[in-house]
Amino acid sequence: MTLEITPSQTVGPFLALGLPWPDGPFVVPEATPGAVTITGRVTDVAGDPVPDALVETWQADECSGFSHPDDPRGAARSAVPRFRGFGRCATDVAGRYRIVTIRPGPLPCPAGRTEAPHLDVSVFARGLLDRLVTRIYFCDEPEANAADPVLSAIAEPDRRATLIASAAEGGRPGEFTFDIRLRGERETVFFEV
Amino acid sequence: MSAETDRLADPEAAGQGAADDGLVLPRYQRPSGVHPPLDWPDYRSSQLRAPLRPLVPMPQWLTEVTGPLLGAERVTNADADLTTRHAGEPIGERIIVSGRVLDSDGRPIPDTLVEIWQANAAGRYKHQVDDHQAPLDPNFDGSGRCVTDSQGRYRFITIKPGSYPWRNHPNAWRPSHIHFSLLGRAFTQRLVTQMYFPGDPLFAQDPIFNSVPDPKARERMIARFSLDLTVPDRALGFEWDIVLRGRMATAFETREDA
Repeated sequence: MTLEITPSQTVGPFLALGLPWPDGPFVVPEATPGAVTITGRVTDVAGDPVPDALVETWQADECSGFSHPDDPRGAARSAVPRFRGFGRCATDVAGRYRIVTIRPGPLPCPAGRTEAPHLDVSVFARGLLDRLVTRIYFCDEPEANAADPVLSAIAEPDRRATLIASAAEGGRPGEFTFDIRLRGERETVFFEV
Repeated sequence: MSAETDRLADPEAAGQGAADDGLVLPRYQRPSGVHPPLDWPDYRSSQLRAPLRPLVPMPQWLTEVTGPLLGAERVTNADADLTTRHAGEPIGERIIVSGRVLDSDGRPIPDTLVEIWQANAAGRYKHQVDDHQAPLDPNFDGSGRCVTDSQGRYRFITIKPGSYPWRNHPNAWRPSHIHFSLLGRAFTQRLVTQMYFPGDPLFAQDPIFNSVPDPKARERMIARFSLDLTVPDRALGFEWDIVLRGRMATAFETREDA
């Protein structure tokens, strides 16, 4: 049986009514040893903040596993207490979001290659009729990033750079910045998955 | 497409599910022409926010074919009834909205989280940004969630949301709708959409509804009135099935064929 899929529609300006969870930003609890934070701003074509966006993240655990039956290596269970793999954070009036997580492990992919540690990201907002998909890589993994098949498929270095979280200015180790520029100058690379 | 897409070439050919190292992955259908274009000038705010560069094709590997299997622990039974949260009952036409979450292969998606939000009967959202001159309802918050059962079925009790004006174009009004969010079982299946009501006179002038290119696909966002779901002396029933991207033949099957 083949059914036709349901089309996407925008989340609109009032997603804050239905989608944010109090614990959404915490892929792991804040006090988790080795936790990393990813903060950033979502901005529009004018560089203005987008105060009504939702950023979601999905990732492997610290040992490259997924707690999921479709992982052909078998469903894994993270050793990190209360690791959820999934993060969700609405932006504030300044367009800022924050996710607290752990660094995922690298992943095997077909043809014997390896994906660098990364988070898959969905962005929803008024003005977006479908979600946008992007990825967050880490600036302190230069060798793994250079070998990553998805990242290295993007020819222009400036475009590739939009996918790499940088060390937060004046931040402690483990504090990263990842801005999402929806449209225009230094536009973030978005994927069709 | 640009040079950056050339290097990955066809993501499928780039080794989707290639079994030479034992990594056999499900492969999700890539819908073309179903979802709205991101850049849709009739919807004004897309011109500030939708990317200008073409999307880059991404293979479906481990991160994409897995996803958060969140459900029961995030909801209580009371979350599916939006009419009983307060001392009094909300004003409006009481309705039941129910249906199944399926994938395009017709398989039900059980135990998956469904989240909804909507305006009240007067067309006003309980949100500080909504300045429509219509009354708030002290007995209605407008958000709900539930988890599908083993057959993929969900069911909400709520009130029919009102239409409301917005500033997209002169005399613009949104048709009545309920926002739906679905996690599915994989990152590839994530969907946020809107459910509409049959016969709404506002469809023709709504750029969001009409952003879906295929008129038949637009129809799939409209619920069907159901006397079977209607509870006598209590609430009108509307049925709406939601279909997420399905899995194509697995790499293993492909290999057998080859």
